[in-house]
Amino acid sequence: MINEHLPALIIGIPLLAAFATPLISKINDKLRNIFVIGILGATLCLVISLAFNVFNNGIFVYVMGAKSPGLTLPSGYKMPVRIILEVDGMSIFMAIITSIVSLLGAIYSWAFMHKETGKDKYYTLLLILAAGMFGMEFTGDMFNFFVFLEITSIAACGLVGFRINRGESSEAAFKTMVMYTLGALFVLFAIGILYGEYDALNIATLASRIRYTMLDKIALGLLVTGLAMKAGAVPMHMWVPDAYAEAPAPITMILVANSQASLYGLFRVCFTLYGLTISTYTLGWIIIILGVLSMFIGVTMALIQKKIKRLMAYHAISQTGYMLLGVGVGLAVLSDANALNTYGLKAMEGGIFHIMNHAMYKGLLFLTAGAVIYATGKRNLNELGGLAHKMKFTAIFFIIGAAAIAGLPPFNGFASKLIIYESVYKFNPMLSVIAMLVSILTLASFVKVFQSAFLGPEIIEVKKEPKSMIFAMLCLSVIIIAFGLFPDIVVDKIVAPAANALVNSMQYIAAILGGA
Amino acid sequence: MIGTLETGYGVWSALYWLLGLVVLFIIVYFIYSLGGKTVKASGDKGKPFLSGNEMEKEKIHVKASNIYWGFTEALKSYYTPLKGGHTGNINDYVSWFVVVLAIVLILAGGL
Repeated sequence: MINEHLPALIIGIPLLAAFATPLISKINDKLRNIFVIGILGATLCLVISLAFNVFNNGIFVYVMGAKSPGLTLPSGYKMPVRIILEVDGMSIFMAIITSIVSLLGAIYSWAFMHKETGKDKYYTLLLILAAGMFGMEFTGDMFNFFVFLEITSIAACGLVGFRINRGESSEAAFKTMVMYTLGALFVLFAIGILYGEYDALNIATLASRIRYTMLDKIALGLLVTGLAMKAGAVPMHMWVPDAYAEAPAPITMILVANSQASLYGLFRVCFTLYGLTISTYTLGWIIIILGVLSMFIGVTMALIQKKIKRLMAYHAISQTGYMLLGVGVGLAVLSDANALNTYGLKAMEGGIFHIMNHAMYKGLLFLTAGAVIYATGKRNLNELGGLAHKMKFTAIFFIIGAAAIAGLPPFNGFASKLIIYESVYKFNPMLSVIAMLVSILTLASFVKVFQSAFLGPEIIEVKKEPKSMIFAMLCLSVIIIAFGLFPDIVVDKIVAPAANALVNSMQYIAAILGGA
Repeated sequence: MIGTLETGYGVWSALYWLLGLVVLFIIVYFIYSLGGKTVKASGDKGKPFLSGNEMEKEKIHVKASNIYWGFTEALKSYYTPLKGGHTGNINDYVSWFVVVLAIVLILAGGL
């Protein structure tokens, strides 16, 4: 019974729990924390259950409010009229990331937010943000996608500006809200164009009808730009350091997953919505150029930062570039079966694997930065030093995260970057060289952070990290090491199905409309 | 074999890499153990030393701003416009957004 409704439950449970959270807060703070962690833990279990279903049985379709959840086309209908959730390999891949990151964010928040007021609102927004991300990843309806995009935007901005005692966070929340709203308006405008032309909002129906008229081209431009901005692609990235640096550390980790949900939207539009109709070569190169710019400008800007979270935020931009590069190469050769099978699919696997790896190691790095801020009350690297004397666990976790992001073996970042280097080299060697250069600069940047914050004599007072913070960082470290030691299992079981789901857009369409 | 990843050109195994690392560590430790054991960390030999001047421990810590100074100084012509472009002004954020939209629309028009 539950199995039939998994996608709806995964979105609905955290959403309903969000509204119950302020009520439970009235009873007891501890009970509220347990409730939020329990809800997100249960959601993770449901996501894992749905993942097994999708990997074993193929695309999972859920029609909201229908007599039977799988009834996409009632008799007499030529197109679906209800909102449909369509979960394929790529959707569930993203949901796995969202559920892990949200749960660990809530666990870490227990101690990190202990002395803060207004935690009922904090946890409410956190749950809404998680529900919104699940919605973006599962929906098979363009307007529904926009609604969830907006839900995540509002929740994210509320959390970025959660503490107004520092003026910077209010400013960051304002800037983020302006950019998110503008991006969402672009997306809404594009959806309006498509709806006006094809009388449909369902992604599969639209994909089967798109003829690539001038209006479709405008809609494509609006969707690509709006979603690439929210993913943090250069040169539309400038809100990222503001938002990531000012949000509470566990929220920054979830914001990374939120940006990745937009990246998922971008890939869904390029591959599924337009993949059958357009020459993907130029579109692929647009994505690749955005990726290369993000990689290089992100890392060079990170190198000169003095504030720890701002530096890491620029690295988040840089790492997004790898994902855009890998998947962009796959998109560029989508219509060339030989190139796609030789290296295109592998490049996509590298880019998609990097999405998960990035969520884990970047999440860990932001949590270590949060632990440093919690323990010292300082954000400026110039004021830090010798933290490894007292914060041994955080120092070890930082080394693991830094080695992973720099692409050092045997951590997970190395595995995904190696796939990207080798497969992209076959497409264009120069792109691969740039990617490797960026990794070297990334390593240099994190050596700077480690040297200035953790090494040297003890120069400031340091508090001990609480256990819940250590536990969340430990979980991420274990995932990073496990994915690094056994990358083949991850790639075979969850990454390859995600890449195949993007490439085989006909399956996505056929799951709704039948045939093909 | 578990742990062996196909990368496009070849394969990668972190487990073999770790095995190699352990062997390397044993060799390095063997060479290290052959060295003299007469160095004392206490006294003058244990004090920080900087260009002939004795300094307090707190003062020898290299601050983040000073690391890679040479690198950024050499790339001044790259960094000056790059930093200038990151104004922190929301109007500029929106301007870049609109510029990218215009470029993507032009390129999409030719697809």
